[in-house]
Amino acid sequence: MSNTHADTVLFVRDTMLPQEEPPSSTVGPVGWAKTNLFSGWANTLLTILSILFVAFLLQRLLPWFIAPTWHADSLSECREIFVGIARHHEGACWGVIRDRWQQLMFGFYPSELYWRPILALLLLLVALGPVLFAHLVPSRVMIFSVIYPFILPWLLWGGTVWVSVVTLAGFAVGYGVYKLALRAVPDGFAVIIAAFGTIIWWLYLTGPIANGLASVLPLALEPVASRQFGGFMLSVTIGVVAIACSLPIGIVLALGRRSDLPLVKWLCVGFIEFIRGVPLITLLFVASVLLNIFLPPGTNFDIILRVMIMTTLFASAYMAEVIRGGLAALPKGQYEGADSLGLDYWQAQRLIIMPQALKISIPGIVSTFIGVFKDTTLVSIIGLLDPLGLATAIRADTDWNGIYWELFLFIGVVFFLFCFSMSRYSMYLERKLQTGHR
Amino acid sequence: MTTLSDPPAESFKLSMLVYDTRYRAITFQIIALIAFLTLVGWLANNTIQNLADLGKEPSFGFMFEPAGYDINQRLIDYSSQSSHLRAAFVGLLNTLLVAVLGCITATIVGVIVGVLRLSGNWLIARLMTVYVEMFRNVPVLMWIVLCMAILIESLPAPSAFRGDDPASTMKLFDSVAITNRGVYVPEPLFARGLGDISVFGAFDISLDLIAILLVLGGSIFVSRRIGKKADATQEATGIRPRTWHIRTGVLLLPVIVLLGLLGFHFGYPELKGFNFAGGTHMRNSLIALWLALSLYTAAFIAEIVRAGILAISSGQSEAAAALGLRSNRIMSLVILPQALRVIIPPLISQYLNLTKNSSLAIAVGYMDITGTLMGITLNQTGRELETVLLGMLVYLAISLSISSVMNLYNNRVKLVER
Amino acid sequence: MKTTVFLGALTVAGLAAGAAGAATLDDVKARGTLNCGVSTGLVGFAAPDDNGEWSGFDVSLCRAVAAAVLGDPTAVEFVPTTGKTRFTALASGEVDMLARNTTWTFSRDVDLKFTFTGVNYYDGQGFMVPKALGVSSAKELDGATVCIQTGTTTELNLADFFRVNNMSYEPVPIETNAEAQQQFLASACDVYTTDASGLAATRATFETPGDFIILPEIISKEPLGPLVRHGDDEWGDIVTWTLNALVAAEELGVTSANAKDMASAATDNPEINRLLGTEGSLGEMLGLGNDWALMAITAGGNYGEIFEKNIGENTPIGLARGLNAQYTDGGLLYTPPFR
Repeated sequence: MSNTHADTVLFVRDTMLPQEEPPSSTVGPVGWAKTNLFSGWANTLLTILSILFVAFLLQRLLPWFIAPTWHADSLSECREIFVGIARHHEGACWGVIRDRWQQLMFGFYPSELYWRPILALLLLLVALGPVLFAHLVPSRVMIFSVIYPFILPWLLWGGTVWVSVVTLAGFAVGYGVYKLALRAVPDGFAVIIAAFGTIIWWLYLTGPIANGLASVLPLALEPVASRQFGGFMLSVTIGVVAIACSLPIGIVLALGRRSDLPLVKWLCVGFIEFIRGVPLITLLFVASVLLNIFLPPGTNFDIILRVMIMTTLFASAYMAEVIRGGLAALPKGQYEGADSLGLDYWQAQRLIIMPQALKISIPGIVSTFIGVFKDTTLVSIIGLLDPLGLATAIRADTDWNGIYWELFLFIGVVFFLFCFSMSRYSMYLERKLQTGHR
Repeated sequence: MTTLSDPPAESFKLSMLVYDTRYRAITFQIIALIAFLTLVGWLANNTIQNLADLGKEPSFGFMFEPAGYDINQRLIDYSSQSSHLRAAFVGLLNTLLVAVLGCITATIVGVIVGVLRLSGNWLIARLMTVYVEMFRNVPVLMWIVLCMAILIESLPAPSAFRGDDPASTMKLFDSVAITNRGVYVPEPLFARGLGDISVFGAFDISLDLIAILLVLGGSIFVSRRIGKKADATQEATGIRPRTWHIRTGVLLLPVIVLLGLLGFHFGYPELKGFNFAGGTHMRNSLIALWLALSLYTAAFIAEIVRAGILAISSGQSEAAAALGLRSNRIMSLVILPQALRVIIPPLISQYLNLTKNSSLAIAVGYMDITGTLMGITLNQTGRELETVLLGMLVYLAISLSISSVMNLYNNRVKLVER
Repeated sequence: MKTTVFLGALTVAGLAAGAAGAATLDDVKARGTLNCGVSTGLVGFAAPDDNGEWSGFDVSLCRAVAAAVLGDPTAVEFVPTTGKTRFTALASGEVDMLARNTTWTFSRDVDLKFTFTGVNYYDGQGFMVPKALGVSSAKELDGATVCIQTGTTTELNLADFFRVNNMSYEPVPIETNAEAQQQFLASACDVYTTDASGLAATRATFETPGDFIILPEIISKEPLGPLVRHGDDEWGDIVTWTLNALVAAEELGVTSANAKDMASAATDNPEINRLLGTEGSLGEMLGLGNDWALMAITAGGNYGEIFEKNIGENTPIGLARGLNAQYTDGGLLYTPPFR
């Protein structure tokens, strides 16, 4: 009988028992280690092997790494220090980094002008603000992003400000031509005519007009020849210029590759596949030994500009593929929507497709940039003094002849910091963009 | 009633080239073609004029002149008296060799690392992450140089093997010598060899190798037939006859007999004079390049593999677990085959990258086509235009063939898709 | 000219900044700097210091020419070139002259269309081996592993030497001197071969130079000298005679210390007077100022001073003058008279 229950049972618990601690082997460091490191004999073995491996590496490397050589002025001085403390000569000679780190960073850029590349780098971050930190930066900064590509060369190379201004004015000229042409021909043709107008402005009018303005109002920074660029500054400059210039070219190529016009399509496919099919080093050989043959007799501009041109071409082929991916990822409805609004091809691209496709492509663009930035080390093979090239040059100094690992370690760490932070950022961006799109 | 009448035949007006969408496409293409031809013509014109100014006639005649330099790493006969063309070919074979070796190793390492990055073992997963990030974020040129330096500095020189109480000894029952000039392994030799056959009078191919391959091919064919027959018996009777011992015999016996007939034995490396002699010499430059390219590319492949595995929904592995499969079998039977579809396209571009990156061989003195044709030959003859263009064409051909072969394979894998 | 350094250079693609033309001298004067091709770094011959200032034996020649032409030894842009890019840089007009350990050979002079303007260092290819190897002659190197720098004449010489002596060898091609040094020190090659000056310079920086010997055989002639483009004889003359002036200055006892005094008033040696411009007008014949040689000599000293300062016996490199002594001391330096 149920109502007798209370009487028949001798004890009823009316409060919960306090929760037992989990067994000590499943919580805390021990538990964590047990689940994450020693679950099963295979895992245990792997863990022990890994620990041994790491310990072996540290035991070999740390003694080398910790060396009181920061103030040495030459390799022989380093050796004396090691003799002095009665140690094997096996140890790092960090003096070379103290002595040459500015050179590895800025090359032969005049040291009193170091503020210019640094300012250029800071302004680059500001200019990228609307793209990278869209939620933090007011969209008016976008205007700065547009004019930044014209501030950068002025800051780095110096000379009169008017060249940048007049070159920038080329866009205004192009827009004017576009508006004028629009009265006579449809949109697509107007774009082509405007492009022609702009190019003619740049090629034939910029120089004289800028010189004229400069003689009226000389606003100039001290010019620095591109030969004085070197080290990481050179790598960053080549990378930034290549990516910035390759963006418009890449867009054109990507659109061309998706075009319905067979001839345009095949030209673009041919270009992209050719560039992607050959190693960058061969393109750099072209820049160093052949570009002068392809250009009009007497044309001569220095090797760094030639390298930038070839790197830009190289980057644009990859950029085109990234943007093509972005275009392909757009839902078909966007295209159809644009069509149904009665927009023509160029209007649809400008107003609907490109803004969205570019947004999706940003992570791809960042990783293209990382790739190009890393590939700039190849310029050392054609004799430019990028960080690796400078390492060779530094080792040719009698003071530092025989130095090896210290320089490479430093260069590697700096590269790692640059690339790692960029790739982390691009991953963050990717996650952010993904949620925005679902 | 409306009658259907033909629209009035429009007469073609010139303005229609601009305004009529039917003709506008043609106009655009003509503009593009003219622009392209102008560009090509301009470049060609400049080139001709510049070459005339320099007094250089573009010609490939120099390719048939003696090269004059020696190449250490060569897969075909070559001496300093051979032509530049042959030197270029030696370089091409070296490029292909390191590319093939690199792709294979990179795939193996990449898949292992990619799977281990998802491992439950915290330490292993972290170590693999460190490896991937380290290699991905430092230029490959640095890794190549570094690998070479590590090999040179950490391995013993051949002189360390000399003397009564040598500092180093040969490994694996005195058959393998690991030195900082490379690794010497035993080479297969034939006491009663069949000799070589000359192809086009240019290359020698070992008849022994051909014979072994033929016999092996025959054995595999017979063994397959036996397998098929066993299948048929199984279908008919439900009992599978035991065939593995026959099949093993068929596969191994003829080759062993042939090897015996040819007088097969190993040639062991021996310390002679300055170096080890005999055996196959895998040079440091090859090993360093191979190692650096594989490890660098493997880091990327690991990421691709990881992304591919993560792309397979967890329902798949749960279902497989419900079927009672063990975790390594879940991976090999359920996850990887599906992930392959996601993995292969980016994998192809990694193979292409590896092949293209092999052109950095010059940094460690591995004589690939960049080192021979676009390196020493260019230097010694001063023919920049011809050598660089030829080199680019070769790379283009390699890239296009890799991507087309791999795309074929990709299409076959794709067919499995729903 | 200074207004548009970067975009200017881009916009001139069609307009031609023009440097490869005939009159290099005018270009250099208009530009205000001399573009001089040097190596990317070779101990004692060309290397940048921690301020980015280049110095070395080859560099000094560039500075002397800049001083002679522009009156300012610092008005030089140094363009680092590799074995591969050096000739193109010169042919395309990117550099006005090349002072980069380049061997004067027939084909370079004739086929590649360059003009060698003299020899600033008489060199020859030699071999360096560790003493422990017990080798005393290059003829005993059969089967050796040999480190060579690629992109130079050394590869061809080496191949010829071993073929003629019917010996086998294993070439290890290497891009830069620094890498070669590392491999050689780690015994990854038995022998290191390059120009004898390079061997000595390399050995000098070893921790224990005494453990290595340079074999007596010199297997080639390597006259190293500056070169310019074919077809601009005026410019070629300037480089030739600047080098000659440095050599003659040593012969005549004119140094950077006493050159100014000697030039202030005519001395009793007419050749010194002609050299320093106090007599005659040799400079004007070259299209330069009459004090051109004075400027060149005061820039870095005469040939002997440049040698001693950069690669001589008191430097870590410690090269003896040897063939590069004046003919009066048994060397090969013999400059035509200034007359």
